[in-house]
Amino acid sequence: MTLDLLLTHYNYWVVIFLMMVGFYILISRGNLIKKIVGLNVFQTSVFMLYISLGKITEGTPPILVDGYGDADVVYSNPLPHVLILTAIVVGIATTSVGLALAVRIKEAYGTLEEDEITGIEAGIEPAGEAGG
Amino acid sequence: MAEHYPALQVVVPLLAAPLCLFVRNGRAAWGLAVLASWSALGISLVLLSRVMSSGVISYALGGWAPPIGIEYRVDIVNAWVLVIVSTIGALVAPYALTSVEREIGARRIPLFYAAYLLCLSGLLGITITGDVFNVFVFLEISSLSAYALIALGQDRRALTSAFRYLVAGSVGATFIVIGIGLLYSMTGSLNMADLAQLLPGVWESRTVKVAYGFLAVGFCLKLALFPLHLWLPNAYTYAPSPVTAFMASTATKVAVYMLLRFFLTVFGAAFSFDVMALDRVLLPLALVAIVSMSLVAIFQVNVKRLLAYSSVAQIGYMVLGLSFATVTGLTATLLHLFNHALMKGALFMAMGCVMYRIGSVRIEAMAGLGRRMPATMAAFVAGGLSLVGVPLTVGFVSKWYLILGALERGWWPVAVLVLIASLMALVYVWRVVEVAYFREFTGDERTREAPWTLLWPTWALVVLNLYFGIDAGRTAGIARQAAEVLMTGIGQ
Repeated sequence: MTLDLLLTHYNYWVVIFLMMVGFYILISRGNLIKKIVGLNVFQTSVFMLYISLGKITEGTPPILVDGYGDADVVYSNPLPHVLILTAIVVGIATTSVGLALAVRIKEAYGTLEEDEITGIEAGIEPAGEAGG
Repeated sequence: MAEHYPALQVVVPLLAAPLCLFVRNGRAAWGLAVLASWSALGISLVLLSRVMSSGVISYALGGWAPPIGIEYRVDIVNAWVLVIVSTIGALVAPYALTSVEREIGARRIPLFYAAYLLCLSGLLGITITGDVFNVFVFLEISSLSAYALIALGQDRRALTSAFRYLVAGSVGATFIVIGIGLLYSMTGSLNMADLAQLLPGVWESRTVKVAYGFLAVGFCLKLALFPLHLWLPNAYTYAPSPVTAFMASTATKVAVYMLLRFFLTVFGAAFSFDVMALDRVLLPLALVAIVSMSLVAIFQVNVKRLLAYSSVAQIGYMVLGLSFATVTGLTATLLHLFNHALMKGALFMAMGCVMYRIGSVRIEAMAGLGRRMPATMAAFVAGGLSLVGVPLTVGFVSKWYLILGALERGWWPVAVLVLIASLMALVYVWRVVEVAYFREFTGDERTREAPWTLLWPTWALVVLNLYFGIDAGRTAGIARQAAEVLMTGIGQ
């Protein structure tokens, strides 16, 4: 039963694996570019979750052609794919804003390592203000 | 024309944003921003009055009937939040002109107004839409433009705080998408009203409960509920003054609205409180937020950061009202959405005036400023009194309903904690007042009152603070009506 669950739902295991990998990179890496990559992997796992939700076993592509146009034909749900197109665009926008910020941070601080940036910020922050 | 107001509410600022890029002139872009934000305010007021007189407005975007098409659904709850967001939007836009010319390079000013209008339309979109996926799209429009706005701050720490906000905000938004996807997989619908009908049939499924969990974490990140607030203090401290005033009064409010809309309208109050025990999860977090963040605020030396921590504490009040799981508690939440927007808007705008004249918002730099900039500091004092909850200010009205809600449930220790936290607010407001009024002025002799272009929006918010503090009947009536709508759900 357990093995069966693993095999028949392997797409969800892939999604969970990617999600955890992305989230781990995001949390553990100090380099801002690597953080963005981690965020990207994390978001991509959600794209795959949506896309595999739309797939129906034995389902045809949702296109009306001769012989496939009947109401009783089982077809895959196209809506999650459309939704995820939007989410992919959002993901690209997030990545580009993140990378643009990383460029500006590199210009301003001369580094992309989070602990070095924190050190520089602690240096210029007078005592008492570093409450956050 | 009039029947298209729900669409125009979002479309007007959304279309004005790219126009700001084309005009390439700071003043012209500002004119567009003011025009767009005031028309948004006009539209939201019309929508509110129409909802109050004739009930829910359902608008099928592009003529596609819901639940297949995207529906804009305006009831009293989101009409109320639309008015909050667009009021602040309409006052920050004129305020920005002078402030932005000082704090942002001339080349970037049209970009600033474009991002500002995008952020405004994103927030209005989240509020007005009746489609859960549409919420995510607008959420990202508002968030991405907010990251850009924060990064425009003068201090280089603005960049790192924008980056941290981007990481936290994107994780939150992704959690929300996961939740929405799981809901769709169980119901096959994205329409809020439709989901509210379909979900009770699948309440028992683990997928729905997991979706609820993902959504809860996503919303709490977005509304900066303790302990997920870490992105907020730096972002508010280093953003340009008008951005801080705008974000502090709108972004977290809209996130609270999302939480209420999803958990009370889409899932239903019965599911949230009886099955998922939302109230018991939120109550301790809200109380810790109120007490610990008020305490942290007391020890800040940068007034913008002090107010940012106070914002986290005030968000705690809003969540506390929800965790009472009663109509009175929810009335307090909805009232505080409006009231906190008024008081924090006024306080951050006053700090923007100080920043404009003396170039710093650190407490010791403000010594004796009460005599040099009397109108600015008087606005700060009025906003501060409202924050504390002194009678005749809006802060008192929200605290009153909050304590009423606590006593109604018989939770008198909670009421006592709210009072203690109010005293803590008095301490941190007093620290600023003491320095500004009871110390000798030591700064530049030429320091004068802030220009009237900055003062009138600030004072407009102060006057609203006092007006709705004295005549609380109307706002409390709307909030109570909205709370009843949320508690009974959409089906009845």
